This record gives sequence, C-alpha cells and structure tokens, in this order.
Amino acid sequence: MLRPMTPAPSPPAAPGHPYRTQAVGTVVICVLVGFVLYVMRGRGFWVGMLYAFAIGLPISTSISVLMHLAERLLRRLRPEDSREWIGWGWMLPCVLTGSLIGYSVGLLLGDWLTGQHSQQLWQQPSGAAALTAAFVLMISVLGTLYFFSHFTLQAVRLAQADAQRQAAEARLALLQSQLEPHMLFNTLAHLRVLIKLKPDEAQGMLDRLIDYLRATLQASRAIEHPLADEFERLSDYLALMQLRMGERLRVKLDLPAELAGIAIPPLLLQPLVENAIKHGLEPHVDGGELRVTAARQGGRLTLEVADSGAGLAHATDLPGTGFGLAQVRERLAQRYGDKACFDLRPQPGGGSVASIEIPA
Amino acid sequence: MRTTALIAEDELLLAENLRAELATAWPTLEITAQAGNGTAAVELALQHRPQVCFLDIRMPGMTGLEAAQAISEDWPEDAGALPLFVFVTAYDQYALQAFDAAAADYLLKPVTSERLARSIARIQSRLLQPAAGDATLASLRQLLTQVVAPAPRLRHLQAAVGDAIELVPLDDIIYLEAADKYVRAVTAERDFWVRASLRELLPQLDPERFWQVHRSTVVHIDAVARAQRQDNGTMLLQLRQRPEKLTVSRVHAHRFKAL
Repeated sequence: MLRPMTPAPSPPAAPGHPYRTQAVGTVVICVLVGFVLYVMRGRGFWVGMLYAFAIGLPISTSISVLMHLAERLLRRLRPEDSREWIGWGWMLPCVLTGSLIGYSVGLLLGDWLTGQHSQQLWQQPSGAAALTAAFVLMISVLGTLYFFSHFTLQAVRLAQADAQRQAAEARLALLQSQLEPHMLFNTLAHLRVLIKLKPDEAQGMLDRLIDYLRATLQASRAIEHPLADEFERLSDYLALMQLRMGERLRVKLDLPAELAGIAIPPLLLQPLVENAIKHGLEPHVDGGELRVTAARQGGRLTLEVADSGAGLAHATDLPGTGFGLAQVRERLAQRYGDKACFDLRPQPGGGSVASIEIPA
Repeated sequence: MRTTALIAEDELLLAENLRAELATAWPTLEITAQAGNGTAAVELALQHRPQVCFLDIRMPGMTGLEAAQAISEDWPEDAGALPLFVFVTAYDQYALQAFDAAAADYLLKPVTSERLARSIARIQSRLLQPAAGDATLASLRQLLTQVVAPAPRLRHLQAAVGDAIELVPLDDIIYLEAADKYVRAVTAERDFWVRASLRELLPQLDPERFWQVHRSTVVHIDAVARAQRQDNGTMLLQLRQRPEKLTVSRVHAHRFKAL
C-alpha cells in the first residue's frame, strides 16, 4: 500500500516567443558583419552594409523556419516530450542548411538591389568558396550561440521567479493551516476562564501556547529541525488539546533517544495529528488514544500517527482532510523526491494510521 | 419570570464558565440540563423541554446544528413553542452570516461579558414575542443547507454483500435510512447496507432527485406516490414500489406544500 512519492511536475517555463529579441539581435549582427566587411575590404561601406543585411536577414529567417519545422516534426514524433528546446543534434543541421540557403538567396537579393553580379558559392573557385562558407557558418553559429544562451538565461530566470513564488505560497499555506483558528480560539476561551479560576494553570497553558505559536511561525521559514523538537512541539499542541478534551484524549509519544537528532521538515507531523484528533477522536463521545511513534530500520525512518477512533478507511474523502494530507505529500515530495512514502490506512482494531517513510 | 435553558458543550470548563456567567448576568435563568455531546443534548432537551438551548457547534456525536434539527423534529406537540437556539462556536468561516440571520443568536468563543449581555437582551425580547414555530423551522433549514459543502456526485452506492462489494445504481434506490454507522439503501426488491453516514452521503446526491425528508431519511422523489398531511405538521409518504410509509418531519414538510 505504500506508494512512492513523485514530485509534482513544475510547469515548463514558457517565455513568449522571442521574435523581438531575435529581430534586434539579427540587426546588430548584420551591422557588425557590415563593419567587418568594410574593415577587411576597405571600400564601399554602404554597399557592404547592404549585402550584410541582404544576406543576414534571409539566414536568420531560414534558420528560424527550419528550427520551427524541426520542432513540429519532433512534437509529432515524440508527443510525450515537452521540452522547449530541440537540442543541438537537430539545431546544427538547421544552422548549416539555413545559413547556406540564406546566403544564396541573400546574395541574389543583394545583386538585384545593387545591380552587381556576384558569384554564388558553387561558381567560386573551391578555395574562395570554402573561405566564404566558413565565414558565413562562423557568423551563423556564433549568432545561434548568442541567441541560445540569451533565451536559456531568460528561461532560467523565469523558472527561478516561479520557484520563489511557489515557495512563498507554500509557506503561506503551511502557516494558514497550522494556525487553525478553531483550535486557537477554543484555547483562548479556556485561558480566559482559567486566568480567573486557576492562574497557575493558566500560566502553564499560556507558555505552551507561546511555544506552539513560535514554532508554527518559525516552521514556515526553517527548512528542518531535529525530531526531538518535532515531538516537543507535538507535545505542546497535545497538552493544549488535552486541557480541552480532558480524559477523552489519551496521548502516547514514543521517540527512541538515538533518533532524536534526525532532521525532518518542521511540523511535518502536525497536520496528521490534527487530522487524527479532528476526524478520529473528537467525533467520538468517548474519545480515544493517539500514538505518535518513530522507528528506524535499515536506513529508513518510519513516523506513525495512529488513533483508536472512528476508523475511517476513506478519511481522505472527508471534507477538511484533503488539504492537510495533500500538504504533507507535497512537502515530502519537495524534500525527498520519490524517496519518501506516505500512507493512510484503517487499523484492524478500529481507528486509522498515517505513516511516513523517509530515508535517514 | 422564570426561564429554563440547556447548555451543550463538550469542553467542561467552558460549559461551567458559561453557566457561571449566565448566573451573574441573568439571575432568573435556570439551567435545567447540561450536556457534553450532541446526542445527550437532544435527549436532555426533549426530556427537560427548555426554552433556550445554548449549543456548541463542534461536539462529538452530533454537531450543534444537527442536534437543533433533531430537537425540532422530535419536539412534542404539547410542549409548546420550539426552544430558541443560540449557537456557540470558536470559529466558523462559512456559517457566521447564516447564524446572524437564522438563529436566535450566536456567540463567538471566547465569549466576552458584554457580548453575552447583548445576547441575553436579544433572547429575552424574543421570548416575550414568541415567533411562530414555522419561523424557527425556516431558520434551521437555512442553516442546514448553508453548512453542507458541495461534493462530487455519486453514480452508484457501494454496498457490502458478504465478501463482495455490490454496486447499486442510484436510480434503483427508493430511499436511504440512517442506522447507526451504516446507511440502509432500500430498492424495490431488497435492502443494502452501505458503510457511510447519511451526513457523508447527502452532499454527493443530486438534491433535485434525492430529498431529505427527515434527519435519518432521504427519499428518491420519483419513488413517491403521494404525500399526506398529518395533524402535527408532519407528513406521511406513500411509495410506489414499497408498502411501508415514510415520515416527513416538520423541518422538511415545506417541500411538499407545492405538490
């Protein structure tokens, strides 16, 4: 019944198509090439510039067209592959063919505009043809490299911003779910009464509440804390609940001393304990027992939250449990990838057990 | 004038405190019963017949809202007006507005002395001009429908028959009856037992076809042949394919008025 966790797929970073960047980049490259031509040949600055554009624009266009065609073809061949970038194996042929086609077309275009007559690659002597082709290819490859690094950088930035936003949302959701208002206001109602009747007990309870609130606020920021702290915070929370539920809530916390130092995401077990009380024990007139245990076997740490209560095999269907459990799953996936397991099942003798298995 | 009240609250300390604060703020109020869970609240209310019921919303056994419904349904004819319900809750993001409109009053925990005093004044004025039972029933109906969160619709019920799970199409079901932790699903030929509570099933049924007619009965409306009014405000439903008759409680009888 244990299922491996799979990390939630992050949405692919989808920058809007970078036509503008490409156009500007192409113009810059054409101007540079125009200057280089002028420096190399030392005559006809404007004619050189015109040829640079007449050739550069068709090259850029044909490389893009070929790249799009390759993209479409790939999408048809491997529809399950959602990568944005087609890969260098496809890109290099596109650049080679694209620049040669673009060069030939551009040369015709330049001749037509200027009334000159240039020799196409295949009409030139082989030495000169090789030199021209090498120059054209070098510019094309350098240009492609530039665009490639530019767009990857942009995608990385987008992904980073996205990850930051998601992390912030997760922290907020965690905080909201842990500061459960029903628990908070009921505890405050008790404190209000206790202050008058039993001031010492009220003070003790207030101390517990302070520890609990501090831990909750810190948990939304810290990445991990030792298992001993986790059990300490659970015992604060359970003491507050016991004060309210009295005899109806019987608690057993079992943390072997040698496991006390293992680090886990803070308040990972909190939603499971809340669920067990809310759905397993609170609805029961007689309440029941809550047991939280930690055990290690062969490099795997098993944490269990068991209640002797209503025993709902389908507890996930109950309103209000879904969010807490989904949150536990998500945090496990974030931290441990597919190395963590989470499971909620009914107990043979009634009640249910939630168990987490993580590497330790 | 002497007024009687019941307090239902699962947290003893809070119950005792409400009792103490009421004693100070409303000396003539007599707390005739105190219950620690929803089921006991219904029993004690029917036994002591208080004029005011302070009901905690989240209680074991039965919620305060369900207890109010059960008390209204089983309130004896000769016992006079239904009690005024005051709901007490720590936090309820959905129902607060509904409480304000529908209940005699509601109290938020922690209950402050000023708020309690205002509530007492409101209850006292309501007691002087007893509302018709219909108004209380209408308020309760409104509350009960507000609290149910919509859930994905079921197509069939899964019933345990021996070792197997049998799928019972919803269209075959004539009525559903709550029985402890199970629901009895009755078809023309036979009964099935479904391991769920009526409270869990109800939001997953089409409310146009499956009508709740009593806190423990939901009927497939197409299976009803006729509805007959009784003297005490309840109704009796005659079914097309079954001999037994179903009772419609006063809380739910309004749905048959247009028929």
